[in-house]
Amino acid sequence: MVVAKVDNALRLSAVDRKATSLGLAIGQPLANARAMLPALKVVAANEPDDAKLLTRIADWCDRFTPYVALDGPRGLLLDVTGAAHLFGGEQALLNRIRESLKAQGFAVRGAMAGTAIAARAFARYRDGTVIEPGEEAEMIAPLPVAALNLDAITTHAFRRAGLKTVGQVASRKRAEMTARFGAAMVAILDQALGHGTQPLSPRLPIPDYWKEQGFAEPIATEEVIRATLNSLAAALADVLEKRGEGARRLEAVFFRADGALRRIAIEMGVPTREPTVIERLFREKLDTLADPLDPGFGFDLIRLSASRVERATCEVADFDASINEKADISFLVDRLATRFGSQRILAFQPNDTHIPEAAWAAVPAQYVQPTKLMWKKLREPGDAPRRPLRLFTRPDPVTLLTALEGSQHLRWRKVQHAVAQCEGPERIAMEWWRHEAPQPARDYFRVEDGEGRRYWLYHAGVPPQWFLHGVFA
Amino acid sequence: MRVPLGHAPADLCLKGGLERGVLHEVFAAIGHEAAATGFTAGLAARVAARKRLLWIRQDFSALEFGELSATGLLEFGIDPARLLLLCVGDAADALRAANDALSCAALGAVVIEVTGKPKILDLMASRRLTLACAQKTVTAFLLRFNVEPEASTAETRWLVRAASSPPQAENWGHPVFEADLVRNRHGRTGEWVMEWSCDEGLFKETDRGAVVSAPSDRPAAAARQAASL
Repeated sequence: MVVAKVDNALRLSAVDRKATSLGLAIGQPLANARAMLPALKVVAANEPDDAKLLTRIADWCDRFTPYVALDGPRGLLLDVTGAAHLFGGEQALLNRIRESLKAQGFAVRGAMAGTAIAARAFARYRDGTVIEPGEEAEMIAPLPVAALNLDAITTHAFRRAGLKTVGQVASRKRAEMTARFGAAMVAILDQALGHGTQPLSPRLPIPDYWKEQGFAEPIATEEVIRATLNSLAAALADVLEKRGEGARRLEAVFFRADGALRRIAIEMGVPTREPTVIERLFREKLDTLADPLDPGFGFDLIRLSASRVERATCEVADFDASINEKADISFLVDRLATRFGSQRILAFQPNDTHIPEAAWAAVPAQYVQPTKLMWKKLREPGDAPRRPLRLFTRPDPVTLLTALEGSQHLRWRKVQHAVAQCEGPERIAMEWWRHEAPQPARDYFRVEDGEGRRYWLYHAGVPPQWFLHGVFA
Repeated sequence: MRVPLGHAPADLCLKGGLERGVLHEVFAAIGHEAAATGFTAGLAARVAARKRLLWIRQDFSALEFGELSATGLLEFGIDPARLLLLCVGDAADALRAANDALSCAALGAVVIEVTGKPKILDLMASRRLTLACAQKTVTAFLLRFNVEPEASTAETRWLVRAASSPPQAENWGHPVFEADLVRNRHGRTGEWVMEWSCDEGLFKETDRGAVVSAPSDRPAAAARQAASL
């Protein structure tokens, strides 16, 4: 018996079978329940943990179909269209799901029907049934109105009007219903009767293609896992090749025999379907996982799914060395991205601005898009570089000191450097259309100290403040 | 396979140029990290010819020494599109990534920027890098900051600091380095003032007179050479 605080009062939020038989119901105030049964055993509700548990059950259900949606606080909807025959028919599948969950210690109710709303109603009132297509209207008619799972006010209104069963509600004219309760209620009623469909919104994105391999006896050794991944990759490559496509993202899902599940994804810079490449990247990923794949009692299902599928042009590799080179580089980038994360392997792209820190961007090399912008040199041939080789993301404040004899010193990071050469200013105005508050223009100077180190300084603001923005080679 | 640097005395000392497919080390004099960066970038660009470069750096190095700038590279005479930048957490990751990358023949050179003296970077690590380079003839450059030169299996070891531009020059500020070749496995060592020509993409001798002569017959350099062997 679970209790939660609703509308500032403690109300029952879940009751077990025995409590129901003693006349307790969800929504009842705790004080009333206590008055009825003083020896009540009460537990405080823990909604976040409940939600977590439900997601884990949903994960487990993933093995039957990838179309798994969460329904309310304690329901799951599975779209098993086209999947039931893999498990010996609809009734067998339903029994298997119910029994497996029961064996894991859950109280389960389940049913199968043509629409999600009908299935939900039957799960509550006709546990374990499979409704043949077209029979929903007939079967749902004797169920109470509450089976439609409408809001409390509507249900109450039906009851006041003397409509006790779904059949009675369905017998009324649709126009009357729409006028009284709105079109949404009528749509729900129609679906409950098995008309029309509303697609599920699955919990996770549906992959474009997937291949899976189940095991009668759970597997635990690394070699078998690798070999399975390889054969799945080869099978997936066949499908992709027939369509001339490649995947940018592959996910391996390991279903453990005890219900735990592990997803491991790799991403590629270019659409890929080569099994050897896929195998290598997965090996890399599995080797570098922070918490390694734990087979426990073994995996009973491994699925490899491909998403972000794009058209992959087949290039004749051997004739052109530069294509080979490109493929090698993108493979290296994928490997490094798999190992260290895609935001750590970067490539430079030009930006159309003259603000020094914004003139280029280091973007993940896997996602680099060809741009029309060109790199533009600022210096004339024969000139010294106009931009520093190393740029500080946050310019360092510096102080300029003038000694008595007129020589200047630069104080940076607590060290004084004598200024030997100085050139400037180069004025760079900030782009007023980018900032809400106008930024002061910066006057840049190239400075060389007595030891030959070359700095890039600017001063900006009123009163002017000096900053060191970069260092030249 | 040796690639001439363009600086005649240095090329002579290196018997024709910098060797491909081996490990080279560049140590920055304290406070001269930017100069060492430029020197290494120049060497890597020479050796890589038109192939791409991978630059591996540790996360904090952008804050400490400045981020490698694309416009800076462009001004320096290296196409920024050729460069791949990998940011890693620590030296161990940097070495692991480098060993991996050196097996990719499509790369021209791999630069590993390491600060200080991490334990992991020992003789074994440099031996491993050398072996990894040799397989695919990718050249590795170990760029070291904040540390004294130390023993390793590198083919050459350079100690680099910035050199002043000629006084009263109109057009000052070219990348000029005081490069001290402190170890050369297959030849003599030397010390030169080398200027990187941003337009031609090679090193050359500076116009200013103070070019240091070949040092192997000078006592100080000879002592250093003995120490490095």
